[in-house]
Amino acid sequence: MNAIIVSTLLGVIMMFVSWGTSNTKLQRNIGLVGMLVLILANIAQMNGWLSVNFDTKGMLAFNAIGLYVNTILFTITFIYLWINGEEIDKIGNHTADYYAIFFFILCGISILTSFDNLLMLFIGIEILSIPLYILTGADKKNLFSNEASLKYFLMGSFSTGILLLGIAFIYGATGSFHLNMPILNPATNLPVEHFLMSAGLLLLFVSMNFKVSAAPFHFWTPDVYDGAPTVFTSFMATVVKAAGFVAFIKVFEVQRIALGQNTWIIILPFVIVSTLLVGNITAVFQRSVKRMLAYSSIAQAGFMLFALYGNSTFNNEALILYIVAYSLATIGVFAVLIKMKDYSIESFNGLAKQNPALAFLTTLFLFSLAGIPLTAGFFAKYYMLNAIFTAGAGIWLLVVAILFAAVSVYYYFKVVQAMYFVEGAPAIHPIEKSYARKLWVIAIILLVLGVFPSLLFNYLYF
Amino acid sequence: MLLLSILTIPFIAAIVLLFVKHNEKANYIAIGSSVVIMALAFNIAFNGAANFDADWILSLNARFILTADGLAKILILLTAISFPVIFITTSKNELRNRNQFLALMLFTQTGLLGVFLAGDALLFYFFWELALIPVYFLCSIWGGEKRIAITFKFFIYTFLGSLFMLIGIILVYTNTTDHSFLITSFKHANLTHGQQLAAFALFFTAFAIKMPIFPLHTWQPDAYEQSPTAVTMVLSAVMVKMGLYGIIRWLLPLFPAAAASHANFVIVLSLIGVIYASFIAIRQDDVKRLIAYSSIAHIGLMSAALFTNTSIGMQGVLIQLFSHGINVLGLWIVADIIEQQTGTRSMKALGGLAKKQPTLAILLVGFALANIALPLTNAFVGEFLIFNAIFQFNPWMGAFAGVSVVLAAIYTLNMVQKIAYGSVSDATNLMQVPNKSAQFVLMVLLGIVFVTGVYPQVLFNITADTLQQLFVK
Repeated sequence: MNAIIVSTLLGVIMMFVSWGTSNTKLQRNIGLVGMLVLILANIAQMNGWLSVNFDTKGMLAFNAIGLYVNTILFTITFIYLWINGEEIDKIGNHTADYYAIFFFILCGISILTSFDNLLMLFIGIEILSIPLYILTGADKKNLFSNEASLKYFLMGSFSTGILLLGIAFIYGATGSFHLNMPILNPATNLPVEHFLMSAGLLLLFVSMNFKVSAAPFHFWTPDVYDGAPTVFTSFMATVVKAAGFVAFIKVFEVQRIALGQNTWIIILPFVIVSTLLVGNITAVFQRSVKRMLAYSSIAQAGFMLFALYGNSTFNNEALILYIVAYSLATIGVFAVLIKMKDYSIESFNGLAKQNPALAFLTTLFLFSLAGIPLTAGFFAKYYMLNAIFTAGAGIWLLVVAILFAAVSVYYYFKVVQAMYFVEGAPAIHPIEKSYARKLWVIAIILLVLGVFPSLLFNYLYF
Repeated sequence: MLLLSILTIPFIAAIVLLFVKHNEKANYIAIGSSVVIMALAFNIAFNGAANFDADWILSLNARFILTADGLAKILILLTAISFPVIFITTSKNELRNRNQFLALMLFTQTGLLGVFLAGDALLFYFFWELALIPVYFLCSIWGGEKRIAITFKFFIYTFLGSLFMLIGIILVYTNTTDHSFLITSFKHANLTHGQQLAAFALFFTAFAIKMPIFPLHTWQPDAYEQSPTAVTMVLSAVMVKMGLYGIIRWLLPLFPAAAASHANFVIVLSLIGVIYASFIAIRQDDVKRLIAYSSIAHIGLMSAALFTNTSIGMQGVLIQLFSHGINVLGLWIVADIIEQQTGTRSMKALGGLAKKQPTLAILLVGFALANIALPLTNAFVGEFLIFNAIFQFNPWMGAFAGVSVVLAAIYTLNMVQKIAYGSVSDATNLMQVPNKSAQFVLMVLLGIVFVTGVYPQVLFNITADTLQQLFVK
C-alpha cells in the first residue's frame, strides 16, 4: 500500500513542481529524490517497519514477492532516470510533467503487483497505459512520434476492451471479480470447467499477450518502439513490459486450471514459439539498431513467457532474474543508442577505436541480451530453461528455445562486429565522463549477477 | 589453493595487460606469467594437488569445485607448456595492440584450464564458454582477410553446440537425486533409457562440433587458416582437446549404455572423417591448411579409440592428447617461421630449405616424423595403442583406420619434400636464421617428442589414476 500511496502523491507533487521552479536540473533532482523516497517507502513495507494499510475488501493483497518485484522495478526505474535524465530534458519542455507521468506509471505497476481482484487488474493496466500513450507522443513535432502514439492508443484501447469483455465473462461465470474464484461442482466440491469461464480467460490471455507484445499480438510493437522518443522506448521495453509479465503471471498462476490444463499446454507453447520465431527472425533483417532492439524485445518476451509454463518458485526466481538482466541490459544499450547520431548498424562501425570504453560496455550489454556466460543474461536464460524443464516441458521446447537463442546471437553480434572489426568513423554526440560512469554501474551489476545470480533471491528466503 | 592459483594467475595477468600499452613490457608480463603457470602445472602434474571446493550458487546447489586427476593433469600440462611456447615464438610477429592480444590469449588460457579442472557441470559449462569468447575476438580482430565471416561461423557453430550441452546439463541435473551439478551426482542420476539417449545426443553434439567430427568439421580448416598463427596454435594444440576431454570426463562415464549402443555409429563417423581429411590433406598446397586437415585426421582417430571402450584405447588417447598437442605445435611454429620470413605458405613456392637453413629443416623433419607416428617419437606410443584398440573392437575398422597411416606418410613426407628439398626457390632464398629463442623452444619441443617417445612411462604415470577409475570397478 505504501508504494501506491507514495507514488500517487509524488505524481501530484511533480505536476506542480514546474510552477515552483523552471530550472530543469532542479526538477530532475526532485524527481530522483522522489524515486528514492518511493523505494524506501516500499522497502519499509517489505520489512514491516512502517506500512500504511487499510481494508480494501480483498481488492489488493500484498505478498513478499509482489513487494520485492516493486523494489526491483523501482530500482531499475531509478537507474533509468539517473542515466537518462538529461535526455528526457531534451524532449519538449515539460520535464517535471514527465516525472509525474513516470510516478503514475509506477503507481499502476504497484497495483499490478498486488491486485487480488480483476477490477484492480483493469484499473492497474489503465493507469499504466494512459501515461504511456502520452510518453509515446511526447515528441509532438515529430510525425513518427504522433503516429506511434495514435497507433498505440487505438490498439491499446482495443485490447483493453478485450480485457474488459473477458472480465465480464468471468464475472458471469463466477459471480465475482475475485481473482481466485473457482467454480466448484456442488456434489464433489472440486473445480469444474465452465464455458464462460474458459472463454473469459482466453480473452484475458489474448489481451495480456497484447500488453507484453507476444506474437501474434505484437504488430504494434515495432512501430511504437521505433516511433516513440528513444529514451522512452527504453522505459517501455523494460520496466513496463516487466510489470505486464508480473500481472500476466498473477492471473494465470491461479486460474489456468479453469482454462483446462490441456488448453494451457497447447496455446502457451504456440504463443511462445511464434513469439520467438517472429521476434528473432525479423530482427535478423533489420538495418536500424533501434528497430532491431524492438524486435529483439519481442523475442525476449518469448523467453519471459516461459515463466508462465510452470508453477513453482523456480518460475518466480527465473522471471525476477530475467527482468533484471533484460531490463538493465536494454536500458544500457538504449543509453548508448541515444548518443548515436544515426541508428543504423553501420553507424557503429569503428566505435571500438574511437571510444573503447563505450564499445566494451555496449558489447557487454549485448552479450547479456544474447545470454553469454559471465553476464546476468546467461543465468536468466539458464534459470528459465531449468524452470520449464522442472515443470515438465518436453525437450523439444528447450531445443527450440536455444535454437532461437543462437539466432539472437547472430543479430546482437552484428553490432559487436561493426564496432570492433569494421573500420569507420562513427558519428556520436559528445559523451561526458559521468555518463560513461553511470553505464559502468549497470555493467558491474550485470557482471556480478553473471557470477552470483542467487544474490538476487537471497532476500526471498533469508 | 594450488588449483585456484593456476586459474587466477592468468586471469589477473590478463587484466593487468589491458593497461600495459608498451609492447616489450606486455611481452614480458605474458611470458613471465605463463612460465609461472607452467611451473605450477608441473608441480600439479607430478606432485598432485588438493581439491578446491567452495560454495558458488546456493539456490542451484552449484559448487566452485576444482579437481586434478590424471586426465586433468595431462591436459593442464599441455596447456601450460603451449602458452609460453606460443608467446615466445610469436613475440616478434607484427600485431597492433599487442597488449590486448596477449590479454585475450591469457583469458583463453584461464578458460581452458578451468574446463580441465572443473568438477561441477555448471562450472564446466561456464569455463567452456569463457574459453570461446576471447578466441572469437582474437580471430576477428587479428585474423586474415575473410576473418569476420569465418570466425562468426566458427562461433555460432560452437555456441550452438554448447547450448545443446546446456540442455543436456539441465536434463541430467533435474534427475539427480540430490539436485547438484557434481560429477558424482551426475553419474548416479536416475535417467530413463530415453532420457539417457537424449542427454547423450545433446552432450555429444557439443563435443563433436568442438573436436570436430565429420560432418561437423566444416568450420575448422577455414578458421585455422584465417586465425592469427598464435591463435591457430591454441586452437589446434589445446582447444580441440576440449571436445575429447568432454567425452572422457562427462560423456562416457555419465551415459555408458548410450555410448556403448552408439559406439559403431561414432567410430564409423570418426573414421570417415579420418580418411576424408587425409585425402584432402594430400591435395593441399597451403601448409597451414595441410596441417589443419592432418589435425582433423588425428583427432578422428582419438575419438574412434575412445568409443571402443577398451582400456588400451583409453590409455592411447590419454597419451596422444599430450603428444598430438606437442607435435602440432612444433609443426605450426616451423610453418609460421617460414611464413613470416618468406611471406608465403604455398608449398609450390617453397623448396630447398635444407640447403638454406639446415637447422630449421632438421626440426621440420623431426616434427614431420612425429606426425607420421614413427617409432621413437611420442605419437608412436599413443597411435599404436589406438590402432590396437580399434582393431580389437572390429578388425575391419582397424584395417580401415590403418590406411590413414599410409595417407599420413604421403601428405607429411610430400610436405617435407617440397619445403626442405629440391633447389632453393626465390621465396626460400629470403630465409634468415630464425631467432635464437624460437630455435631453442623448437629444440625443447623436439626433445619432449623423443623423450616421451622413448620413455612414455612418464606420461603413463600421470594418467594411471584416470585409467583405473574408468576401467577398474
